[in-house]
Amino acid sequence: MDAKKWDKIATGVLTAIAGFIVLLLASLLGYILVRGLPHVTWGFLTKPSQTFTKGGGIGIQLFNSFYLLLLSMIISVPLSIGAGIYLAEYAPKNWVTNVIRTAIEVLSSLPSVVVGLFGFLVFVIQFKFGFSILAGALVLTVFNLPLLTRNVEDALKSIHFTQREAGLALGLSRYETVKHVIIPEALPNIITGMILGAGRVFGEAAALIYTAGQSAPVLDFTNWNPANISSPLNPMRPAETLAVHIWKINSEGIMPDASAVSAGASAVLIIAVLLFNWLARVIGKHVYRKMTAS
Amino acid sequence: MDPIKASLLKKSRAAKSETRGKLLSLFCISLIVFIVLAIFYFVASKGLATFFHDKVNLGRFLTQSSWNPSLKDSHGRPEVGALPMILGSFGVTFLAALLATPFAIGAGIFMTEISPKRGEKILQPVMELLVGIPSVVYGFIGLSVIVPAVRTVFGGSGFGILAGTCVLFVMILPTVTSMTVDALKSVPRYYREASLALGATRWQTTWKVVLRAATPGILTGVVFGMARAFGEALAVQMVIGNAALLPHNLITPASTLTSVLTMGIGNTVMGSLANNALWSLALLLLLMSLMFNLLVRLIGRKGAISR
Amino acid sequence: MADYDLTKTHIKQFSETKHEIALSTENLNVYYGDKQAMFDASLQFERYRITALIGASGSGKSTYLRSLNRMNDNIANTRVTGKIMYRDVDINSDEVDVYKMREHIGMVFQRPNPFAKSIYDNITFALKQHGQKDKKYLDEIVETSLKQAALWDQVKDSLGKSALALSGGQQQRLCIARAIAMKPDILLMDEPASALDPISTNTVEETLIRLKEKFTIVIVTHNMQQAARISDYTAFFHSGHALEFDETRKIFTRPKIKAAEDYVSGHFG
Repeated sequence: MDAKKWDKIATGVLTAIAGFIVLLLASLLGYILVRGLPHVTWGFLTKPSQTFTKGGGIGIQLFNSFYLLLLSMIISVPLSIGAGIYLAEYAPKNWVTNVIRTAIEVLSSLPSVVVGLFGFLVFVIQFKFGFSILAGALVLTVFNLPLLTRNVEDALKSIHFTQREAGLALGLSRYETVKHVIIPEALPNIITGMILGAGRVFGEAAALIYTAGQSAPVLDFTNWNPANISSPLNPMRPAETLAVHIWKINSEGIMPDASAVSAGASAVLIIAVLLFNWLARVIGKHVYRKMTAS
Repeated sequence: MDPIKASLLKKSRAAKSETRGKLLSLFCISLIVFIVLAIFYFVASKGLATFFHDKVNLGRFLTQSSWNPSLKDSHGRPEVGALPMILGSFGVTFLAALLATPFAIGAGIFMTEISPKRGEKILQPVMELLVGIPSVVYGFIGLSVIVPAVRTVFGGSGFGILAGTCVLFVMILPTVTSMTVDALKSVPRYYREASLALGATRWQTTWKVVLRAATPGILTGVVFGMARAFGEALAVQMVIGNAALLPHNLITPASTLTSVLTMGIGNTVMGSLANNALWSLALLLLLMSLMFNLLVRLIGRKGAISR
Repeated sequence: MADYDLTKTHIKQFSETKHEIALSTENLNVYYGDKQAMFDASLQFERYRITALIGASGSGKSTYLRSLNRMNDNIANTRVTGKIMYRDVDINSDEVDVYKMREHIGMVFQRPNPFAKSIYDNITFALKQHGQKDKKYLDEIVETSLKQAALWDQVKDSLGKSALALSGGQQQRLCIARAIAMKPDILLMDEPASALDPISTNTVEETLIRLKEKFTIVIVTHNMQQAARISDYTAFFHSGHALEFDETRKIFTRPKIKAAEDYVSGHFG
């Protein structure tokens, strides 16, 4: 009888823990959305931020976040595909490959602030990029590469070996087969991983504070010449992102509506991340259906 | 000569594409390895300058408790005692892990043993969402909810190790939980069936058989969570108070390696002692991250042997 | 299974004046790491004939077949020594371009492995990669190879459909069509019907008999009736040795080697 009683108690406690965690997420999301959403207006999303007065927006930060994300994905997607192909297709079973795998594992577990400091030292100072979108994009690439690479490797490995043999038996090289047969078949998984990686990068701040910088100079959205300093496309301008903005105004913000602005910005950030999560699922599924259906 | 025979002995287009593709992929992977080496080289060369160039004693650096790199003490030695930050970092990390582990194991058991269906449908997505929330958002919530709550309950400013622990607890909970779930799932079914067949209740089976078998996997998850907590910068920095003082209790302002780094690196001059000392902290972070990696491997090896 | 004398062999030798040899091996050895899987196999394959490779599982017949177009190159730790003669060239040498060689020595595998592409693209993809851009030629080759593989009538209105939507037997015939679209000299087939139902198997067999007018076929099969039905010559493998090679009719009626006799009469396998 005693054992049965304990069984009941344990089940009750465990269910309570599970319930607590669900409640925790619900209250986190609820808190951010309830506090933040009322501030999220069209003006808030498009206006530049204010330093000393209230009523500032997050327009430039929002643009910076997306632009930085885009640039870093342009660099990291091909690199991670190449590296993933190496690991899945060519890496021999020896100590060199072990070293490579260990290096990638170590990189993926490095604190992002260390990666950021490395970027600061190398890109900002040694390469003289200054606080710039380019430096930020490169550091986000470093930050994201190990996860994307592992994702590509796993996706490629999940395609059966007979598909590679099919290509080889037709006189195609392994590389051609991978490029034209294996990658297209692994695409749903690769895309899902890339979008999840994008979501992670979108919310990253610690690596950007000393690389993309903490200032968001006013942009001239009619000037699309990347060489011009006030052009939104200029990769050499400093660019505070949304996530950095939230950190900045909370640790040293002096505008009177700092907490309202950060609540609104947090809500936007959360919604963006949720959107990435959702997109990853939907697009992955869609591509998969399109490939297998008639 | 037979044209087919001739073509067999010439390098084909496919062979050339293979060489190109192999080189291309080798280049990509080498670049990643090169970046890792570069990170170690740069952080180490900067971080070691404190000891080799500025002649700070390593033992004093690790054990002294006053951090004021721009000042010198009565002996003319710079005040670079990193102990407060080291203790702060380990403090929040251990406390957060201590708090998160029971919850993670509880949630893990719920998801694998009690209600796998609800686990997969509800808790799995909840964990994924919790991982996805950016750390600055955790920091902001900590700042606007937890710090005031600590202030109301315990008095003081509310900033400190307790607030940092609470924030980190939520941040590492999904990491530890998902690895715990993996560990529990990898316990073979016949373990459970054998125990249940002997008349043990579900709880006895879980507690005495399943959890024991999954211990190495759960430990790995805890270490991963600790690595994440140790390296987390902004969320902690926003709620810990950033005072480079030895922590005497959990509710007075303290600091961690990461928080001092984020605050300080922009306010010091490159190459100065104050700056080098910060890089030494970064090096310490890097080495700790390696340690956690090593620990995971050790646990993995031990677990593999005992099975 | 009894122990058989592996030194006693009966291997038919063709007279080069009467028979045209499309492919042959001389003392072919295959090693997987330290383990030797094939011992000194020397066989000849006559042009426009079907040669069946039979033997119990583990006898080395698939290993041998996969060496012929060097598919074993892709398996780590595998080493193949000896000569594989094709058009007076030893294709088991580093000077030979393995990709070009495989255009002439095609292969069809045990499990149907069409690409996740349309039926049309499955057939034309490799040709396009090899530089064939002429749309009219490609359309023609799709039609003729599908006809040769007895699939044309079933798919001619849905060439744009995904190959994965086809049935297993249709997929395998598509793979045959894909292989013959390359216009190879030789077709290697690794138990092409073993994953198929009896009706599909029948269709594939009929297809093979028609294909030998244009191709030299070497086929691995564990189905002795199949070997008897379709092949002109049969090689019997046992424990990594090619023990007997002769006209199919002779192997199945008067085998010379004890192991072959026991195998074809169903004593083991």
